[in-house]
Amino acid sequence: MDAPTSATFDEMLAPDGSVREAYRQYHEWLSQQDSAGMRRKNFEAESFFRRTGITFNVYGEDDAEERLIPFDMVPRIITAAEWRKLSRGIEQRVKALNAFMHDLYHRQDIIRSGRLPERLFRNNAAWLPQMVGLRPPGGIYTHITGIDLVRTGPDEFLVLEDNARTPSGVSYMLENRETMMAMFPELFTRVKVQPVSNYPRRLAKSLSACAPDCAAANPTVAVLTPGIYNSAYFEHAFLADQMGAELVEGTDLRVIGGRVQMRTTQGYKPIDVLYRRVDDEFLDPLTFNPDSVLGVPGIMDVYRAGRITIANAPGTGVADDKAIYSFMPDIVEFYTGEKPLLNNVQTWRCADPDSLAYVLDNLAELVVKEVHGSGGYGMLIGPTASRKDIATFRAKLEANPENYIAQPTLALSTCPIFTRNGLAPRHVDLRPFVLLSPEGVEITPGGLTRVALKKGSLVVNSSQGGGTKDSWVLDE
Amino acid sequence: MLGRVANGMFWMYRYLERAENTARLLAAGHRMAITRGEDVASEEWRSVLTTLGQLTAYRAQYDDFTGSHVCDFVLRAKNNPQSVLSMFERARTNARTCRSAITAEVWEAVNEGWMSLRDLLARPVRETSLNMALAAIRRESTLARGATHGSMMRNEVYSFVRAGTFVERADNTARILDVKYYLLLPSLSYVGTPLDTGQWDNVLRSLSGERAYRWLNAGRMEARSIAELLILDGRFPRSLTFCYAALRENLDALARLHGREGPAQQLMNEAEERLAGRTVEAIFDQGLHQFLVEFIGRNQAVANAISDQYRFNE
Repeated sequence: MDAPTSATFDEMLAPDGSVREAYRQYHEWLSQQDSAGMRRKNFEAESFFRRTGITFNVYGEDDAEERLIPFDMVPRIITAAEWRKLSRGIEQRVKALNAFMHDLYHRQDIIRSGRLPERLFRNNAAWLPQMVGLRPPGGIYTHITGIDLVRTGPDEFLVLEDNARTPSGVSYMLENRETMMAMFPELFTRVKVQPVSNYPRRLAKSLSACAPDCAAANPTVAVLTPGIYNSAYFEHAFLADQMGAELVEGTDLRVIGGRVQMRTTQGYKPIDVLYRRVDDEFLDPLTFNPDSVLGVPGIMDVYRAGRITIANAPGTGVADDKAIYSFMPDIVEFYTGEKPLLNNVQTWRCADPDSLAYVLDNLAELVVKEVHGSGGYGMLIGPTASRKDIATFRAKLEANPENYIAQPTLALSTCPIFTRNGLAPRHVDLRPFVLLSPEGVEITPGGLTRVALKKGSLVVNSSQGGGTKDSWVLDE
Repeated sequence: MLGRVANGMFWMYRYLERAENTARLLAAGHRMAITRGEDVASEEWRSVLTTLGQLTAYRAQYDDFTGSHVCDFVLRAKNNPQSVLSMFERARTNARTCRSAITAEVWEAVNEGWMSLRDLLARPVRETSLNMALAAIRRESTLARGATHGSMMRNEVYSFVRAGTFVERADNTARILDVKYYLLLPSLSYVGTPLDTGQWDNVLRSLSGERAYRWLNAGRMEARSIAELLILDGRFPRSLTFCYAALRENLDALARLHGREGPAQQLMNEAEERLAGRTVEAIFDQGLHQFLVEFIGRNQAVANAISDQYRFNE
């Protein structure tokens, strides 16, 4: 394979060509495989995904309505010790995020203390005044969080982004593992990998633990989807199926007698916990967007009365904002009283004039992102951008600096992928999934590894042509 | 279970059943057309469209009734919502919408079936490969049904699945019978002629009943015994009596599960009464066409009652 360049950390091989500890057993196995057989496996994987319908939808492309996310067969491997360390940092961060949400919608101590400027959430489109003073059941806001991590060195894991709104991708984490186990059963007998398959059970348990007081001993959980045209519909159906919960659409639901109820063949039946995969603004046409037919008229009244749990709580999208992100180290310290165990990527807030000046002077070296952008849209990657792109972005930045942050172009770690010409290193990130309930924090070992399939590219988003890999956390 | 999902299941299996029966009917039409000379052939193709209820839609697009145009329209025309491909696609969409109601095996059968028919029907089907294509359609539908039998719990979902299958199948059998009687013969003086018996033979074939019929009536071919098989013989899986026994079984299961009967069961009882104890003589005395029209109407009423009673829609 191409040797990794010394500037980037490669997950499998050290610059001298030796195999890193995490990959020792895997590499041993791999070196015994013949390349024709591996190519065949690659083909098998694709037809497996196509047949089982593991697809995502791409908006605005009629004939390519359903697409496969490319899957790569080489796993991304993390040692037990690395994972223990990461987990502690993730747990700390998620607890802080939840406390932060509670504070923002109640006393706002963090603003009074001067640690966070008020304008940050006043200008934040995800901020919901309707949530002020509302206490969600169990005090939980961020039931499910996805923390995007990147690695830049042996001990350098950095948080790139927090996803507290509706993090997606967990179905790929699970299906990638199923696929790997189906294709390489003998590999799993040689290498002990921590299982991920109990995620849906844990999710159901964690959500049930957040049920409102009016719920029965065995709470009714349902997954709310916008429907089959949503890009993550496969995941919604998959999770409902795996949890044994109903997959509902807005038209199935109605507020009757102060409860949110679903239309069954035997009449209406109350729902206790709604894992919604519909955005805030579409959740309740009576409270938010009046034109929306995706949500449930009156659900916010029921929520206010404490008679349904909505996961994640409306308004948690505030935390996904990249300007808030830049304050996360302060936020973690403020609510936990501890130093953050996981660092942020260095971030310049363009709202600040000195930072703006620096960013404008160094556009060609920086990554500039929209504060509310997601999915790799609306960003500038300085080192690979054309002069024209940079000029266009400069104008946007100058017109509305508050809308942007900038970060150095990171040397994201690489992990080998399987290509027609053998293995080749490509940049990866990692999205672990975290569950929070009054009973505690649960982190599934591993997460979703996304990989940029284009040589040298740093963009791993599936909407931008990225792929995924199985992510292994080794057993002790 | 959700009313929307019950609706999706009911219709998913109606579409699969209708796609399969459409292929059967085309096979019979094709056989008639190639055995009877060009001038009559167009009449046979036309009767296929009439049975399917697609004559008006077809005429809006074509002036003639050639085999290639009819097959193209019925099998794959994008602007024909009743084409086999459109129906398979809707069955698959329903399967996607109700993914958590069906097993992975059923989903894979429908998804793979749709993918393979989409490829098969990507271009017009040549006459030389028509039989193969029609067999492939029947096979995909059979696979989905087999996966359903072999992997799904016998619960509420299954009852809606089966109810949809048999409401549709009963409707299709009645229509196929009706079109023979009412439309095909130029005049009553042809009754009993080779033309007449040939057409009955094809009615049997389009319902895969030729073997059952031969077994029951070696050497004979006449309207009454064919009608008897297709309407009254409870052993033949496409007869009206068989379909209604199966429909009853599933509506009974729903009533037990829900602890009550409703208008659907009531209408079902009435429809079944009209069938039970009938002789084929009585049916012919009433007039086969009148009998079938009444049956189709009652069948539709049962379907509507199921939809209302089980809250398919709001």
